[in-house]
Amino acid sequence: MKKEREHRNDHMVYLPDMEILDSDIEKRVIERMNSYDYDSYTAKDVKMALGHERCTLKDFEAFLSPAALPFLEDMARKAKFETRKHFGNSIYMFTPLYISNYCENFCIYCGFNCHNHIRRAKLNEEQIETEMKEIAKSGLQEILLLTGESKKMSDVKYIGEACKIARRYFSVVGLEVYPMNSDEYAYLHECGADYVTVFQETYNSDKYETLHLAGHKRIFPYRLRAQERAIRGGMRGVGFAALLGLDDFRKDALATGYHAYLLQRKYPHAEIAFSCPRLRPIINNDRINPMDVHETQLLQVITAYRLFMPFANITISTRECARVRDNLIGIAATKISAGVSVGIGDHQKEEEARGDEQFEISDGRTVKEVYEVIKNQGLQPVMSDYIYV
Amino acid sequence: MNRDIDQITNKKDTFTLGGHEFNSRFILGSGKYSLDLIKAAVEEAGAQIITLALRRANQGGMANILDYIPKGVTLLPNTSGARTAKEAVRIAHLAREVGCGDFVKVEVIRDTKYLLPDNQETIKATEILAKEGFVVMPYMYPDLNVARDLVNAGAACIMPLGSPIGTNKGICTKEFIQILIDEIDLPIIIDAGIGRPSQACEAMEMGATAIMANTAIATAGDIPTMASAFKMAIESGRKAYLAGLGRVMDKGASASSPLTGFLQPTDN
Repeated sequence: MKKEREHRNDHMVYLPDMEILDSDIEKRVIERMNSYDYDSYTAKDVKMALGHERCTLKDFEAFLSPAALPFLEDMARKAKFETRKHFGNSIYMFTPLYISNYCENFCIYCGFNCHNHIRRAKLNEEQIETEMKEIAKSGLQEILLLTGESKKMSDVKYIGEACKIARRYFSVVGLEVYPMNSDEYAYLHECGADYVTVFQETYNSDKYETLHLAGHKRIFPYRLRAQERAIRGGMRGVGFAALLGLDDFRKDALATGYHAYLLQRKYPHAEIAFSCPRLRPIINNDRINPMDVHETQLLQVITAYRLFMPFANITISTRECARVRDNLIGIAATKISAGVSVGIGDHQKEEEARGDEQFEISDGRTVKEVYEVIKNQGLQPVMSDYIYV
Repeated sequence: MNRDIDQITNKKDTFTLGGHEFNSRFILGSGKYSLDLIKAAVEEAGAQIITLALRRANQGGMANILDYIPKGVTLLPNTSGARTAKEAVRIAHLAREVGCGDFVKVEVIRDTKYLLPDNQETIKATEILAKEGFVVMPYMYPDLNVARDLVNAGAACIMPLGSPIGTNKGICTKEFIQILIDEIDLPIIIDAGIGRPSQACEAMEMGATAIMANTAIATAGDIPTMASAFKMAIESGRKAYLAGLGRVMDKGASASSPLTGFLQPTDN
């Protein structure tokens, strides 16, 4: 391990094949995050922010501060109002499909990391089609394709072929794969994909460096500019996320929101989405780490995202349990996955075609079950609100 | 103004779009509803036209919006999702292919935050689609020059926005919409931003031909009742417009000593 550390490359220096964008967004996000002193916000700031019709950046900072916690109910009410105003009763449904779990990165918190001895698998085109056929039977029309981050084992062409197959079975194709150059995004857009999500994990580059020890993912600025390259490549929408709890979640949430905000300002046609994954705290252990992200803090972040960018989609993952997810769609989340499997090749007959999961899910309900839950809340499950042009 | 006099004497008080005659001046959006409430909303609203985002009209599968729209209602597919004229044209073609008829509401939006229409691209799309025989209903930001260009491009009506979509703020663009009502000979249908029946009524009093609403009804506590309230407000505003609004006293309009008092009864 020590030897490995000595040989680690500089995480701020681009590798030779990486496109370098001329953009000041990264600099602005990092500066704002570094200067964010959340303890300086008071109840008065939060009350003022709640009274504003439009949420300023300072309001967003107030909503993310500890001073906002006693106002969570008010924030949730305001968030619900904004969500319904912009989305009506619609709740979008989708499912992720992992097509490969090979990974070249060494991210110490991830189940797919290259040093973990898990069953690796990569579906071939025929197997991808089998999986998609099965999923499409559920009535879903949106699919999110995921791979481990290995350009060698799942190259751009392979992902492109998966997109082409997906277009035959689904209206909406999203990607959650390794960051790439804008011409590669353009190619995948041509193949049928239109949405790209990249989790930055943490916006604190020093922390990032200690968690991502090897691989392409180690290059912090290349990852941070992925969404901008995706938009330049012609993608319609981009998704943002920090893995809350990896570092100071308040700062990471601020950076995530501000990152999305600046990008939408620069590319006003881009559709914006947030995901809100968190590292679950160890139960009954909150004295050890005051920065743990419990459900309360998660709700604070999600409502703050909603109030800051009321038009953005917010996805709520199956890492959260049914109770939390069902309530969040009534407040701020607009997108929910269902019938989720995070392993590889669940619909394959041969055992050897299957690969292990990235993480454990907490909501294993079927599409039909989630559909009914949405309807029972007086909301409308929507399978597709999209047209490929 | 002659058309108004005609309409007062026309007991049916209809208007036409692309050669089709309509009684109802309430166009219903369908985008933000729980699907099983659409039918009741249409019925209570007495709407004859309902918009339909083609991107929501998914083929087959669960929750196909087309299954929920009552028969006999004119479908007005919109091009939402289009960011350019070219994309709007493509979506209109798709709508025609799936049998949505020749009506199309052109929406070109390349701003995901405010969803404001792009007037320039809207003119381009209108021109192309009108030439292809579509009944084009363009959604636009109320600008007189653009409205004139849309008339020349072959639009069937003009659909200016009252305020940003979904905001329920009413007719923030009132003065500019009034100019369109006064100057443009096509039907003016006010779209977006109308949040309550009183605002719909106000739009009709101004002389709008019809109004379109979606969010206000879709997010109401009791959808069918709100649809019915809008219907009544629209009819009421329309009647007031046709009747001719009473004398409105502006500040200082009635001076105590007449300004014309100096005139001699007989001119020597």
